[in-house]
Amino acid sequence: MEYLLNPEILIAQIINGLTIGGIYALIALGYTLVYGILFMINFAHGEIFMFGSFGGFAVLTFLSNNGFSASHPTLSILCAFVVAIIIASSLGALLERVAYRPLRDAPRLSPLISAIGVSIFLQNAMMLFTKGRMQVYPDIIPENFIEIGWLSISCFQISIILGSLLLMAGLYAFIHKTKTGKAMRAVAENREAAFLMGIDVNRIITITFIIGSALAAAAGVMVGIYYTQINHMMGFIPGIKAFTAAVLGGIGNVPGAMLGGFFLGLAEALGVLVMPAQYKDLIAFGLLILVLIIRPKGILGEVVSERV
Amino acid sequence: MQVEQIFRLTLPKKSILALFLIVLPFMVGNYWSQILGDIGIYIILGIGLNVVVGFAGLLDLGYVAFFAIGAYGYALLASPQFGIHIPFWLMLPVCIAFGAGFGAFLGTPVLRMRGDYLAIVTLGFGQIMRITLNNLDPLTNGPRGLLRIDPPKIGDWIIDTPIKWYYLIIAGIFFAIFVANRLDDSRIGRAWIAMREDQDTAEIMGINVLKYKLLAFSIGASFAGLGGAIFASRQGSIFPDNFSLMVSINILCLIIIGGIGSIPGIILGSIILIGLPEALRGVQQYRMLLFGGLLVIMMIFRPTGFIPSARKKIEFEK
Repeated sequence: MEYLLNPEILIAQIINGLTIGGIYALIALGYTLVYGILFMINFAHGEIFMFGSFGGFAVLTFLSNNGFSASHPTLSILCAFVVAIIIASSLGALLERVAYRPLRDAPRLSPLISAIGVSIFLQNAMMLFTKGRMQVYPDIIPENFIEIGWLSISCFQISIILGSLLLMAGLYAFIHKTKTGKAMRAVAENREAAFLMGIDVNRIITITFIIGSALAAAAGVMVGIYYTQINHMMGFIPGIKAFTAAVLGGIGNVPGAMLGGFFLGLAEALGVLVMPAQYKDLIAFGLLILVLIIRPKGILGEVVSERV
Repeated sequence: MQVEQIFRLTLPKKSILALFLIVLPFMVGNYWSQILGDIGIYIILGIGLNVVVGFAGLLDLGYVAFFAIGAYGYALLASPQFGIHIPFWLMLPVCIAFGAGFGAFLGTPVLRMRGDYLAIVTLGFGQIMRITLNNLDPLTNGPRGLLRIDPPKIGDWIIDTPIKWYYLIIAGIFFAIFVANRLDDSRIGRAWIAMREDQDTAEIMGINVLKYKLLAFSIGASFAGLGGAIFASRQGSIFPDNFSLMVSINILCLIIIGGIGSIPGIILGSIILIGLPEALRGVQQYRMLLFGGLLVIMMIFRPTGFIPSARKKIEFEK
């Protein structure tokens, strides 16, 4: 409890919370976008995040081995993001086509099981590929700290928070300002009506998966650079947490997922100040249950489909 | 021939089946008897979860929590941990009651939710249970687990070999099947079906939906309590990691692969899900990869499962 009153620790934890919150929010957006349109929980989303992270890892390792990254660090990291996004987006689109589209009109449990199958498949594919070993992101740029009085803030953290906010702003603008974004909202509102209005529903659903996967890949590279160690199981817990964040904000609701992500990140970071750190994961699930009991539609609320 | 006809048991078929089950462990030896026991425990769990998901249509992703309650309930009261040694046979009903009580306790706040939200909340509960077991050191020993759990005894005869366990688990399965079948045919079972098909209509017809949901949740959990007690005393030692989310998912997958709502389906599903990875040990590294792929293929080409229940079959053909 005494930590809560120490401003230095408190502010450091708030920044930690916002950092991990930004990552949760980016992953949560993928869940929320897909749920908004298909009413399905894309259980394999955490694995797409993992593949994105490994994509970035492959690029950075390659560039640091041939010395390119030493001379062009910023360009190398940009490359890592681009390649990771391309890999994850193609994977997302492929999964939708192969594992989810044939089940679009099946009973609701079928796509869920299919997604679980995909998740197991991807985890094990990566495990075979990496032989189950922990991989370490190469050190491209040193972690700098900004000193403001007694406060020192990591540049990585600031970049993650700002980067995630930027991506979210971009997504928001895309959904609200472009024709494709409008079509996405129409399909989420009523798929059949959107179809009758001449919207290519399949194309919109593919685009939704691509955007969600791209955001997850960005989060994956951020996690890789920030935490440096990645492995084939890394998608599991962040996946569940991000899903929790999406539900906290009101699943299907885009600003809700962002809010839920930051809220969850902050709650975890501040929670460890008042309770033992090993109970950190309890905070996420406890919060989830509490919110669902008190306010089942999530913080921002969105009507959830009740078809079973 | 229709699938159901194969499973419609006449007296001669029954006696052949009984004979087969009795000689089976001697034919396959210790190693496979052990695996048959694993499969059997999953059959019990599958039958229990089927009450919740198949009969009542409530998607529960945290079923492992009740399994853990049964296992830890038994292990705490029949091991050197606190020096309490209550006999297995006395603990069985107690663990069943633990499961049921805990199901009612968890169900009360969450069963007002519908569909996906229920799935997520139960998933959250499953995780909370594992984290709590991991950290509640003075009670559960945390990650070090509970060791030297008492095996069941009949007089001085200790059930300790895979073959002896096999028979005990078979008895457990028959008990579970009997209860599940009676439930399915009862007034309660029909109320569940009505509720599953259309909750609002069921409510208008005078079914107290909340009460029946709670009943399904709690009865389903009691099977897990039974399975948990058997699991704990058979393993001899249990750890929080025995109760991960993957257990819930495995049980859910086996009832869906077998054919939701059908007991022969659950048995087949368990054999496939638990037995197949064992049989695939030759290709050890690739077995989970294959398994993941199979789940997807199965959902696309045979979404009703291998042996759908007669009622489901009619629904799908409509």
